[in-house]
Amino acid sequence: MNSELIVSAPPHIKSHETIGKLMGWTFLALLPVVLLDIYLFGGHAIRTISLSMIAAVLTEAAILMYRRMPVTVIDGSAALTGLILALTLPPKVPYWIPLVGGFLAITFGKQLFGGLGYNIFNPALVGRAMLFVSWPEILSNSWFAPLKELDAITSATPLMALREISAGNLIADISVVYKPLLFLNRGGCLGEISALLLILGGIILVSRKVIDWRIPVSFIGTVIFLSFFARTNILITLLGGGLLLGAFFLATDPVTSPVTRKGRVVYGIGCGLATMLIRLYSGYVEGVMFAILFMNSFVSLIDRYTLPKKYGLVKAK
Amino acid sequence: MKKELGKKPIEEASLPDEIVIPLSQNLGSPCKPLVEIKQRVLVGQKIGDSDGFVSAPVHSSVSGEVVAIEPRLSFSGDKVLSVIIAPDGNQETSSFSGFSESEAKDADKVRVAIREAGIVGLGGAAFPSHVKLSPPKDKPITDVIVNGCECEPYIAGDHRNILENAEIIIDGLKIIMRVLGAERGYIAIETNKIDAIHHMNNLVSSEGNMRVVPLSVKYPQGAEKQLIQVILDKEVPSGGIPCEVSALVHNVGTTIAISKAVREGKPLFERVLSVAGPGIKESKNLKVKIGTPVNHLIEECGGFKGEPGKVILGGPMTGFALFDLSVPIVKGTSGVVVFPREMTIASNPRACIRCGRCVQVCPVRIMPNFIGQYIEVGMIDRAEDADVMDCIECGLCGYVCPAQRPLIQLIRHAKAKIIADRKKGGS
Ligand code: SF4
Ligand code: SF4
Repeated sequence: MNSELIVSAPPHIKSHETIGKLMGWTFLALLPVVLLDIYLFGGHAIRTISLSMIAAVLTEAAILMYRRMPVTVIDGSAALTGLILALTLPPKVPYWIPLVGGFLAITFGKQLFGGLGYNIFNPALVGRAMLFVSWPEILSNSWFAPLKELDAITSATPLMALREISAGNLIADISVVYKPLLFLNRGGCLGEISALLLILGGIILVSRKVIDWRIPVSFIGTVIFLSFFARTNILITLLGGGLLLGAFFLATDPVTSPVTRKGRVVYGIGCGLATMLIRLYSGYVEGVMFAILFMNSFVSLIDRYTLPKKYGLVKAK
Repeated sequence: MKKELGKKPIEEASLPDEIVIPLSQNLGSPCKPLVEIKQRVLVGQKIGDSDGFVSAPVHSSVSGEVVAIEPRLSFSGDKVLSVIIAPDGNQETSSFSGFSESEAKDADKVRVAIREAGIVGLGGAAFPSHVKLSPPKDKPITDVIVNGCECEPYIAGDHRNILENAEIIIDGLKIIMRVLGAERGYIAIETNKIDAIHHMNNLVSSEGNMRVVPLSVKYPQGAEKQLIQVILDKEVPSGGIPCEVSALVHNVGTTIAISKAVREGKPLFERVLSVAGPGIKESKNLKVKIGTPVNHLIEECGGFKGEPGKVILGGPMTGFALFDLSVPIVKGTSGVVVFPREMTIASNPRACIRCGRCVQVCPVRIMPNFIGQYIEVGMIDRAEDADVMDCIECGLCGYVCPAQRPLIQLIRHAKAKIIADRKKGGS
């Protein structure tokens, strides 16, 4: 009897949190967006999303096998990278774009650094950025009208509209811009389809403590604050250009964001600042993406300068 | 589950066939045996002592015959020289007598009595109490805290002690305060033990310089330095001890033992502990003779429920997992917790995903994630710079980690190494 007792170091009880569960909640939070994508774009959405996920998972498995490491794809992290990458793509991209993207994301965004936990940059964004740099015209010209027409609206993306608006008529027609932004936004990437569903997903993640509210709040707060000063249309700035997707699902990737509470606020503010600078001073609609990648590179620095004040800081003599 | 156990009165555990009393049960120098094989001993008879100041003697918990003095497995997994006694069942007591009221006012005499009674911290650390009661002259103690926060899950011995022995606790606190010349006494109890708070409040109301401090339930509130922080709003300096902020913390059980040592001259040969957990038939609060083997207590509680997976000496957050149940209960054992096999899934550690959970829960606010990573790659000096020595080993970081990282294991390894290196450097 005695020989069968398990001996291990304390603690002997564990919270029920595991990496797999954290990933599971994130999938769940994104599910409404995915379902709406499938409803609106049908086979195109299914194809882009599934190919991206398959490519990410297979790449991860192959590299882990090659490195003779346990093949841990069951934790869902590669699949999640694939899904998030797909959500940053326009619905109608050639089938090889998500395939190549998933491969690039896992290879150059994650495994090259040593795998889960060791990467510096958000893998999905690394994949997205590499695609964007290599095939810019494909990634910006694949807007695709949903199968279900809801309103006859402009085919320009809201952020392009924003540039026009702020140039002249500040009063945007609510039915033309806000409504599609809040509910259905057909001109944009798969993950921008509905601001409401993204916010819902974000609330799920925050309430389940999967992500720290400090990052999205400071990120979005900074953007609101700056757009107030830059006199851009706050709602459009907020609801378009992947800001919500970025603030809730990309900037909050634990591996590539700070571990300290203070650090997360600093990081969120940095993301917001960088987003607005890129949006205002360059033509890139992709401000959010580059802003997050940019801030990723400062994470360890931020951690180092925001260490919590230790208990009993005064050392005993 | 814990609440229910808090309702169960303390029962006296039966005598086992064999009592194993390790001669080293606390920090500090081990004792030398004072008895011989075949010698008859009485309850409360001193059977081992040491000359070191930081040490406490050990006493027999039964009357009977010494059958062997040999190394036996102890809870830490090491073999420790132990006195093995076969109880005769008569429980014949050696004569001990308490102090008169006037003697009890003599601080030095009281300290000696506490040492002679072999009293150590019963909360787990097992630090000799008379040492704590002898602070350096330039650092007088003004605040004494009785720790009634049982923050580890499943364990309820202190809770029962407060309900059943409150007067003795108050008396013990008075003795401690008098020895130290302390001004204020606090009895800290967590708010999930409302009955204990009420009971204690009623008794303490007539004492001007004592009060009950209800505390929210927050692990590891019961840790010495954390208690001092919440009650006195002071932080013990890193690497220092509580007397540097004029404070002293004693556990409920220790306080009772101190009162009994002074009033009755009774040595520490029994203690209250909980045998509990989902893997035991009937959870109980037991008064147990020191030296009782763990398997005897498990039988006392009806045996295992299902197939046992883990048997832990102490609490589930910080205790030791046993591989052999012949290990005896020692003075510092606050509980025996059993988990069935199906609840002990093997953990599968992964790389840190930097989720920050450990950072947010660490009560001493160090960075368990980074420290763990440093130690993993052998950078013990970086871990030392990151204040790994301040870790109180509460186990919370490992508890919350979704990557199931063995943070405590790594931290203990580093601490042991640093202490060894410091010793080497010192000599
Ligand atoms: S065990 Fe972990 S949480 Fe507790 S003090 Fe040590 S490092 Fe901090
Ligand atoms: S809880 Fe675990 S995974 Fe999270 S930061 Fe700490 S060590 Fe890393």
